[in-house]
Amino acid sequence: MSYKIPMGPYHPALEEPYKLDLICEGETVRDAKLHIGFNFRGIEHLAETRNYIQVIALMERVCGICSNIHTLTLCQSMEQLTGLTPPPRALYIRVVVAELERLHSHVLWAGIAAKLMGFKTMFMTCFELREKVMDVLQAISGNRVNYSMNRIGGVNRDIDDPLAVLAMVQALEREMVRTVIPIFTTSSTARSRCAGIGILTREKALSCGVVGPTARASGLPQDLRRDAPYAAYSEMEFNVPVQPDGDVRARLLVRALEIMESCKILRQALTKMPPGEINTGDAKIVFAAGTATSRVEAPRGEVMYSVSWKQDAKNPSRVHVRTPTFANMPSVRWMVLGARLADTPLIQASIDPCYSCTDR
Amino acid sequence: MNLWNRLMCFSRRRSPWLFHMNSGSCNGCDIELIASLTPRYDAEQLGVRLEGSPRHADILCITGPVTRNSVQAIKTVYGQVCGPKAVVAIGSCPATTNVFIDSRTLDGPLNRHLPVDVFVPGCPPRPDAIIQGIAAAAGILAERAAKRWPAESVMVPMADPESACDCTKCDCTKEDKSSADTPAREVQP
Ligand code: SF4
Repeated sequence: MSYKIPMGPYHPALEEPYKLDLICEGETVRDAKLHIGFNFRGIEHLAETRNYIQVIALMERVCGICSNIHTLTLCQSMEQLTGLTPPPRALYIRVVVAELERLHSHVLWAGIAAKLMGFKTMFMTCFELREKVMDVLQAISGNRVNYSMNRIGGVNRDIDDPLAVLAMVQALEREMVRTVIPIFTTSSTARSRCAGIGILTREKALSCGVVGPTARASGLPQDLRRDAPYAAYSEMEFNVPVQPDGDVRARLLVRALEIMESCKILRQALTKMPPGEINTGDAKIVFAAGTATSRVEAPRGEVMYSVSWKQDAKNPSRVHVRTPTFANMPSVRWMVLGARLADTPLIQASIDPCYSCTDR
Repeated sequence: MNLWNRLMCFSRRRSPWLFHMNSGSCNGCDIELIASLTPRYDAEQLGVRLEGSPRHADILCITGPVTRNSVQAIKTVYGQVCGPKAVVAIGSCPATTNVFIDSRTLDGPLNRHLPVDVFVPGCPPRPDAIIQGIAAAAGILAERAAKRWPAESVMVPMADPESACDCTKCDCTKEDKSSADTPAREVQP
């Protein structure tokens, strides 16, 4: 006899409000239904009532974890409409901030996953370490969450002393190698809790169209930083970690390896940073009519913005956002099929869901 | 106030348990709230703990600009927190609806629905500010406990959560609203 267990929308295992209806037979999950929309703030509609400066501040608040990625993508698509090209130093600064954001997001995810595993020590360790990443971000931008670094045609703040930031990043990397990465990769607690659960096969991953670390953990080597480089990524050297297993442990490993790759990119970007201007100045910006799209690799996968502008308009006529969680969400259903009920919070968290992005 | 009451007030001030509710926030404030409980800021030294159930909590921490979908849930959860209770609104969102102002899917700001005791403004506020806000709420909680501690503790079944927050139906001021919590709804140990 199957029965339904509703989980959420406000549930201690869920960081954000959404509802999961699990159809169970005994302890085994047979099916799952997801209800979202509790965070719906109507941002896409609001964007149509804001001018090009306000819309950046608005879009930064789509998500508090990957706030920089949203403004970066929006600015890139608006730059296509205005014909402005950011100077090279601005592109490097964008890479630095984006990678720091990826670091903090992955460490945060590790902390939350650890909490769901019941591994409270690792949760605290991860958050301790995350504070150090936040220190670097704060040193660069002055803010902890909404950095407001991007603008049309460049960035708002310069990194005055890249070498000082580099020293901080190196200290951070040592700390990562010493504490978080071993727990991720070799700890038997993490392994026994994560291995073999929430499996998403390569075929299923392809048919669901998953993106980001979820795809890479199912053996799909895709990463926009390498496949369609934006900002200064074409000048960086890095690997794209791929794991074939598709279980929660593979996702854990992919993110652990990505942390190391991010540190590598940061080191390169901070040493190679070219001198020069950081933006194209304060002249009035004229938008061409039309639609521009831009894609970037956010910590959770691919983010796409499509911005439309009408002739001589003050406000955009449409800002469309496609977030990685929107693409990854349907795959949760296939991951939890046949899983034990107790594993479902961890499995649904393993795609690193962000419903405030998805609902907007 | 007898010794027992004084002891209860003291302990309430020293161990406020939190329930965190996200009413459509962008995650920024939620992350900062969690960050304030972790080793660097360590709000747990004040006895603060994040609880999984509103029925165990003293302080309700609400983030986000209150979307239409979450209004009912907020009222229900507020009704489930046992009295005396305090509400902390974290971030500019619950205070003013922030950049989302004018959105048709919002029903904010928060004080249209609940009596808010402490506002912690900022987008997002720094963890230090959040801890300060929680400490202020703990003080309010202790005061409230001292004032309205009934002579005999009564065990009353919870009212229907739908109607639990009847203070939203009137236009009373904030002070009145807190006293609109009738003792009949409170479950005392
Ligand atoms: S106040 Fe700012 S950081 Fe907090 S939820 Fe609102 S938009 Fe996000």
